[in-house]
Amino acid sequence: MIDARDVLTRAHREEWARVVATVAKRFGNLDTAEDAAAEAFATAAEHWPSDGIPPNPGAWLTTTATRKAIDRIRRESTRDARHREAQLVYDTEAEALGVINDDRLRLFFICCHPALGIEARVALTLRMVGGLSVPEIARAFLVQETTMGARITRAKAKIAAAGIPYRVPAADDVQRRVSGVLAVLYLIMNEGYLASGPDTAPVRDDLTGEAIRLTRLLHELLPEDGEVTGMLALMLLTDARRVARVSSAGELVPLADQDRGQWSAAQISEGHALVRERLASGMAPGRYQLLAAINAVHTDGDAPDWAQIVALYDQLVELDSSPIVRLNRAIAVGERDGLDVGLAQIDTLNDKLQQYHPYHAARADFLRRMGRAPASRAAYEAAIGLAGNTAEVAFLTRRRDEVGE
Amino acid sequence: MQYLVNVIDSRSESGTAEEAVAIDAFNEKLQAGGHWVFAAGLADPTTSTLVDGRGAEPVFSDGPFVEAKEWAAGFWIIEAPDLDVALKLMAEGSRACNRRLEVRPVLSPPA
Repeated sequence: MIDARDVLTRAHREEWARVVATVAKRFGNLDTAEDAAAEAFATAAEHWPSDGIPPNPGAWLTTTATRKAIDRIRRESTRDARHREAQLVYDTEAEALGVINDDRLRLFFICCHPALGIEARVALTLRMVGGLSVPEIARAFLVQETTMGARITRAKAKIAAAGIPYRVPAADDVQRRVSGVLAVLYLIMNEGYLASGPDTAPVRDDLTGEAIRLTRLLHELLPEDGEVTGMLALMLLTDARRVARVSSAGELVPLADQDRGQWSAAQISEGHALVRERLASGMAPGRYQLLAAINAVHTDGDAPDWAQIVALYDQLVELDSSPIVRLNRAIAVGERDGLDVGLAQIDTLNDKLQQYHPYHAARADFLRRMGRAPASRAAYEAAIGLAGNTAEVAFLTRRRDEVGE
Repeated sequence: MQYLVNVIDSRSESGTAEEAVAIDAFNEKLQAGGHWVFAAGLADPTTSTLVDGRGAEPVFSDGPFVEAKEWAAGFWIIEAPDLDVALKLMAEGSRACNRRLEVRPVLSPPA
């Protein structure tokens, strides 16, 4: 027998964004759409277990949400003027060429609009597209529920008052706006993968799972976009190592020491396939595709091919010559050409990366392997002082203690 | 909808002749596209006067009402169907006047 709760959980995961997006389009208001979707799912939770599961749960939910929205608007008809004021600008004219005309895509773009603060973009995306509840999002970002609720309410109010449109951007803007959506998804992933804070679990698989799910949806909507494909591959190849990345003692395990048997073979094979797909396209890769390719090399065979990794970082530096990219390239150069060569390159970044703990951690590791104990110890101290992730602090502390004086 | 666009500046009367030419060209484009409502440059904030007419007698005093490192050196009011259109236009406006801009929605009149 099919359990109605399982079906409902699945429908929530798969249909929430579509229900919100459809109602938002019809009624021109995100607030109405969010409330109506929540009411529709509550009604389903009440009726499905006793009345049975409708043949098409998605359609049932959309229809129910639409009715709920109409009820709500009737109830609030006295506030007609206010409602009209909060209408989303919805464009029914021709959309950007080659872009899928899907309301969920509009939902992504409106939630990740650059006119909203980055924290609001993250919260709104998780709520409207991801369907997470306000308490869930508040817990994920370690803020009070009321604070998170206010953040989402303010963002919706700004969308309505400032006239942020519910639209797929024009062709000449779409790439930049997709980058904006990807930046939000990457932030969610990294908050899960590199969780910071003394009382936080070192890896937050609720957030990494959500980031992957949202990116998968975006990839479904924009299958031809190389950077979206690259981002999905990057997340899969990163998340594949999640279990192996933290030891049973709660300590970070560096890539080279991880038990590869613990990696998720399914995620790695999917990630590799996506990277191969982009390579086969013959198009110049963007930033996320290069990062995905680097992770593909790291997860291929028994030991990474450092020459290939350096070559990929060379391409990445062309696109983004930030000190962090140069640090990662210098580390790869050290592995390829010798630790002293790498260290010399790392040291050139001293002024720019003083406050960046991976800089000190990389120096500490190179100095330790070169037998320069006192300098290594000092670098570990600096890294520990700046690192926020509990597993990373535990790992760095043990290494520092092993180095000795 | 209408948007007020403030031109952000930190130096008094610092506009140049080249900027003025570029702004004129941009304004013509706004007018041609039906986006133009109004625009003007503003004198330095130190020239402003505060008015308080709430009491029995009006009180006048030396302005500005907020001392700030940056202020509005001018403004546009534009007409645009939505924020994306407004932002795209004003990205050009920012380039023309060589200043950062603040785009702020004007409240629509009560229905």
